[in-house]
Amino acid sequence: MIDHRATVKRILISALFFLLLSVGNKLSAQDGKAIFQNNCASCHSVFKDLTGPALGGVTSRGPWTDHKKLYEWVHNPAKFMASDPYTQGLKAKFGGVVMSPFENLSEKEIDAVIDYVEKTAKAGPATPGPGQGTPGAGGAQVLDEKDNSILYGVLTLILAVVAFIMLQVNSNLKKLADDKDGLPAYETIPFYRNKSYITLLTLVLFVIGGFYIVKGAIGLGRSQNYQPEQPIFYSHKVHAGVNQINCLYCHGGAMEGKAANIPSVNICMNCHMTINEYTESAGKLYREDGTQVDGTAEIKKIYAAAGWDATKKAYTGETKEIQWTKIHNLPDHVFFSHAQHVNAGKVQCQTCHGEITKMDEVYQFADLSMGWCINCHRTTKVNFGGKSGEEGNKFYSIYEKFHDDLKSHKKAPGALGGDSVIVAPLRDSITVADIGGLECQKCHY
Amino acid sequence: MANKKYWQSFGELNNSEAYEKSISNEFKEELPFESVDKKGLDVSPASRRDFLKYLGFSTAAAIVAASCETKVRKAIPYVNKPQDMVPGVADYYATTYVSGGEAIPVVAKVRDGRPIKLEGNTLSTFTKGGSSARMQASVLDLYDTARLRQPMANGNGASYDVIDRDIKGALAGLGAGQLVLLTSTIISPSAKQVIAEFLAKYPNSKHVQFDAISYTGMLLANEATFGKRAIPSYNFNNAQTIVSLGADFLCTWLSPVEFQHGYSKNRKVHEGNVQMSKHFQFESMMSTTGASADERFVHRPSEAGIVAAALLSAVNGQGATGVSGKLKTGIEQAAKELVANKGKALVVSGSNNAQVQIIVNAINDAIGAYGSTISWANPILMHQGVDSEMVSLVQDMEAGRVGALMIYGANPSYEYFDAERFNKGLKSIKLSVSFNDRKDETTQLCKYVVPAPHFLESWGDAEPKAGFVSLIQPTINPLFNTRPFEESLLRWSGNATAWDVYLKNYWIAKLGSQATFDKALQDGVIESPAAEVAAAFNAAPVGQATAAANAMKQQGGGEYEVVIYQKVGVGSGKQANNPWLLELPDPITRVSWDNYAVISPALAKKFDIDLNDRRSADRYEVEVMKPVIKVKVHGKEVELPIIVIPGTQENTIAIAVGYGRDKAVGRSVGASDGGVLGKNAYPFLSFNGSTIEWNGKAEMEKTDKLYKIAQGQTHNSYEGREGVIREITFEEYKKEPNTIFNERKHELKHFVEKDGKEGDIKDFAKEGTLYPDFPGEDQPGIKWGMSIDLNSCFGCGACVVACHIENNVPIVGKHEVARYHDMHWLRIDRYFSGNPNDAESIQTVFQPMLCQHCDNAPCENVCPVAATHHSQEGINMMAYNRCIGTRYCANNCPYKVRRFNWADYTGADSFPNNQQPLVDEGNLDDVILMMNDDLTRMVLNPDVTVRSRGVMEKCSFCVQRTQAGKLEAKKQNRLLADDDVKTACQQACSADAIVFGNAHDKNSLVSQVRKQFNSRLYHSLEEIHTMPNVSYLAKVRNTAEISNEGVLGTIIGGHSEEAPAAAAHEEHKG
Repeated sequence: MIDHRATVKRILISALFFLLLSVGNKLSAQDGKAIFQNNCASCHSVFKDLTGPALGGVTSRGPWTDHKKLYEWVHNPAKFMASDPYTQGLKAKFGGVVMSPFENLSEKEIDAVIDYVEKTAKAGPATPGPGQGTPGAGGAQVLDEKDNSILYGVLTLILAVVAFIMLQVNSNLKKLADDKDGLPAYETIPFYRNKSYITLLTLVLFVIGGFYIVKGAIGLGRSQNYQPEQPIFYSHKVHAGVNQINCLYCHGGAMEGKAANIPSVNICMNCHMTINEYTESAGKLYREDGTQVDGTAEIKKIYAAAGWDATKKAYTGETKEIQWTKIHNLPDHVFFSHAQHVNAGKVQCQTCHGEITKMDEVYQFADLSMGWCINCHRTTKVNFGGKSGEEGNKFYSIYEKFHDDLKSHKKAPGALGGDSVIVAPLRDSITVADIGGLECQKCHY
Repeated sequence: MANKKYWQSFGELNNSEAYEKSISNEFKEELPFESVDKKGLDVSPASRRDFLKYLGFSTAAAIVAASCETKVRKAIPYVNKPQDMVPGVADYYATTYVSGGEAIPVVAKVRDGRPIKLEGNTLSTFTKGGSSARMQASVLDLYDTARLRQPMANGNGASYDVIDRDIKGALAGLGAGQLVLLTSTIISPSAKQVIAEFLAKYPNSKHVQFDAISYTGMLLANEATFGKRAIPSYNFNNAQTIVSLGADFLCTWLSPVEFQHGYSKNRKVHEGNVQMSKHFQFESMMSTTGASADERFVHRPSEAGIVAAALLSAVNGQGATGVSGKLKTGIEQAAKELVANKGKALVVSGSNNAQVQIIVNAINDAIGAYGSTISWANPILMHQGVDSEMVSLVQDMEAGRVGALMIYGANPSYEYFDAERFNKGLKSIKLSVSFNDRKDETTQLCKYVVPAPHFLESWGDAEPKAGFVSLIQPTINPLFNTRPFEESLLRWSGNATAWDVYLKNYWIAKLGSQATFDKALQDGVIESPAAEVAAAFNAAPVGQATAAANAMKQQGGGEYEVVIYQKVGVGSGKQANNPWLLELPDPITRVSWDNYAVISPALAKKFDIDLNDRRSADRYEVEVMKPVIKVKVHGKEVELPIIVIPGTQENTIAIAVGYGRDKAVGRSVGASDGGVLGKNAYPFLSFNGSTIEWNGKAEMEKTDKLYKIAQGQTHNSYEGREGVIREITFEEYKKEPNTIFNERKHELKHFVEKDGKEGDIKDFAKEGTLYPDFPGEDQPGIKWGMSIDLNSCFGCGACVVACHIENNVPIVGKHEVARYHDMHWLRIDRYFSGNPNDAESIQTVFQPMLCQHCDNAPCENVCPVAATHHSQEGINMMAYNRCIGTRYCANNCPYKVRRFNWADYTGADSFPNNQQPLVDEGNLDDVILMMNDDLTRMVLNPDVTVRSRGVMEKCSFCVQRTQAGKLEAKKQNRLLADDDVKTACQQACSADAIVFGNAHDKNSLVSQVRKQFNSRLYHSLEEIHTMPNVSYLAKVRNTAEISNEGVLGTIIGGHSEEAPAAAAHEEHKG
């Protein structure tokens, strides 16, 4: 989705890529990782017990040394448990919760998950590394922001002072030369009353002032880096980063409709029914102002909202809504659908929301300006469905003619043909813009 | 096609100077510049200094307003989210629209807990997903600000406990007084059971059904001739010849949604199907159905009986007796066709006179209609009220025999012809209870008010046709402290069961299990149609009926006669406080917000309006102020403005019911002068001893008053351009199906000709353009296209209201409509042709007109800020945020479909309460504020922007739906299908007149229709090379000839190239 080549210029980025490649031995388990995150991660972790037991070293425990038994269990836990004392014990240990069946997971897929789990377990509890699906460009953009403006500013200032001194020297020398020649001297005007200087200064101030006014006006109503304090200190780093819960587990609306939706409290309770304290598995948590967060107390806030009595392990029925502060706000005249981008376009969440897996409290990563949208639509390639059924969305097959144009090196559409002198560049890819992604009424209606 | 002159108004017909002047400016008002003295800007009160001051102030104000701290927004998720509910994604629930006795199965779109749109339920086999304007608009009634919010006792709020105790006590102490339950027709089987249980509990009680729009005549006639007090169902789809005696069956009579679908089936003519039904209409006024008829004849209202009798005798081969002239020829012609199509013919009558209906039954029996076009298998149950029961109830009330009266769904203080006597009786009754949802005319007089919830908040069921049940389920929690009418009756009869439980038990008992009930609830409909039953016709009463019918003329006839009718929007007035219905222009008169006296051009001369005289015609036509006359019927008098409509019988005055409401009914029925809009016409009805008559003798008197009428269309003129509509007779079509096609070919031949050789019309797109590289068909992807069949459009307005709801189109109020500021994105243009002085010669065409989404759009080129331009998918886009309101685009649009927000109609501007001053000054109507109430705004579609002042808008091809449809296909990883995208107007149409889809897909419905109906296809104003994406199918009229009597009785003949307007001019000079 993101064009890497443009940004891969700095050594630092090369180093980052090197780092990514060096962990390339994980690639074989990549499928397993995806399946794990989509299906298992809501109840299981590799390293510790959640709603279900930690999966690390699973194949060396109980009946699981035999992979076939594991398949049976995953496909129909209730049936397997009826004749297996080990799993019956697990049920008792985990508060009577039985795993849901996953009939649609093939044996190969289960193997891939096991493969992933084993490899991850061997590597040990990872420090928060590149989270799932982190695009390479995510890191690059952060590094890109190294600012040279102070250096330039100092240089400009020095040059300006030098120029000023030179001018003064020049005028003094001229005055001396004039005196020497006996030419009548004009009354010296101090530089601050010199009209040329004043004009120059006014112009400079006008340009600088104008620049900042225009910049400020454009920025009105935009709130990049907005990071409000939320009613519950919810750390995305702990959930999506360290524990690698799939974004869509909580924000499932992103696949369905325009809003990704803040999860309802019952989704929190799926896991937090059993996870009732923060064990600092991801280190100590700090607010922006430096104060430490008591993770366990924050979990209690969920219980208060859900009406969960942790000691009796029962719902009291007294619920209270949680009033989150909305971070990403689009103007009313913009129609944005998460489903279009996440489901149809397969855009990674991090592309727009930044490295969410490293954020404790979420801030607005992108400025959500129209220029920002348009730029992405210009560069993003359309997710075409191939005839052989490889990845891609079949809906876009109506634009197949563009593919043929591509093959036959035809010009981009809209370019003047015939005898006209304007020749469009050869088409090398089909972007969202080519299929109407820049049209007003794609987003404004 | 004959060279036919179409006109929308008499000014256009006469081509007068005042008319020319009135249409020469797209925007009629001068801009409110302050320099009134026209001495130039130097001395104008707005000087350069002022300008700088204003500039400085507004910049500063904008900075202050903009730099205010950004609002902190909260997002509050569910605590426990229902499983299949995703915030931001709409859910759909099957339920039923009910209003009085009418019922239509619907599917409600519920977005984040709010029902915002209703569609017809396609699983219903009798409505087939059709809808009506009233059903579409009914979702707004849910959010009506005038609804009662709590129960009341003696004018004060009270709790249900207190009311239950008081009413139970009063019922126990009734003594000799009778308990009467007065309702509109009850079509709910379970509610009927509740009523029966309630009545059983109180022995001295009865149930009276009273329908504002009565079908008693039919009920009694069927009782006399078939022994059944019921109304059979009508199968218009089986009818090849249809004769309607004043029945407006396409818009208001009986079950129009069902009839439209059946009727249109036999009108969809194409090359592979060269047959078409023939429709005769005999009536006194220009009804909407009459406007669609092939042959139309007029008679006096009192002659309805004679016409029916003459038709009977003609069908029986004895010739049309008792009539003469054109009417006689017409009747004989109709009779001939009826007899020729025996078994495939149908006669319907809109009369509420039992004698007339007996004659109609005899005709239907003679032409073999029963068992084929009329079926007794599944009678229509929507109208069961019998007028005489109501009349005797009023007598009982006056005599003090009624101890308690409970009223539900009926509003006799307004709808009953003798409301005064009813009111007097009602006031003397000890216990009066109303279940109505607002303080309507009757409820105001009741001691207790126990408001029932809106159908979208209720549980219930409805059986509009025997065997066809449609369930009602709530789509939102009740907004107010209301209680279902059934639950109140259950309480008062000592049954503690809640109504929803009662209903569920009732249906589970009938259907067998919870699972079947759940399935039925999901589908919405339970259908178990009965097999056809033979019904023996008893001819005995016919002789006496014929005699009575012949006598009607002597008794009822006068110099002038009045006929009372329903408008398709407001109908009987049950949804009177619905601005969508009030602003919907009447299909014939094009007037919104009021009722009026419709008169013929001949009668107009009595009031100094001579339409042959340009000056006096202009005074009437161009001015919004219309002369007011005094009409006196049965000793009751009202003053009404007049509207002249050709095709009205010479001495007939037609007045619509449903207007002149009490102000407590709601904010939108009030006029800006403090009065109310329109006048009540119900008092003009009369009781003839067995049924209520809808016509009578009238006296008229001139007044010197004038009244402002908001009439549309006359301002949107095509200025004489031909080719907006195309029409052909069925005779011509049979001879040469490609007449229309050849005509287009002839017109466009200069563009497609190559080297003297005849070209292909398809090349017009390329050859006619100024741009050499027109992308045309090569463009991959989607190309949206719409096809509209003029043969299936009857002007009913369901699409117009649907468009309003779907696209948040603002209501502007009467004051603004009168200034031609109406905002309808889709309007139904009405064209007359023929001689206005000859009612029979008038032929009418309806044309839905919306943005044509021209590929070569004139509006796009002139926008200085590129706020409107074209999408790859063929949509002419509008970016509201870019628009700066120059209105160049509207000026340049040949179809006149762009609409400008002259004021802040929606409350979308940044500054709050800026409408109130305009309302206070009288420049806007109060209804704007009503539509901007927080409650009413709940109906807005969250997917569509509400536009602010100074912005142009127009049809978007429901772009929110096309986008959603595409996304749905992408989500399912498949190609786009026809069902993914339906525009609001398409979905609303009961006659399938509108088809929409991807024209690039050869298999899509729109491509198929365009191919199949190619012989009738044309584009409006095709010759100006706008390349519209909307195509029309030409109107085919099943007549031998198109009425060609053009302007003022002269025939436009001659050369086809000659513009009719010019011809008209010449004719007049000569």
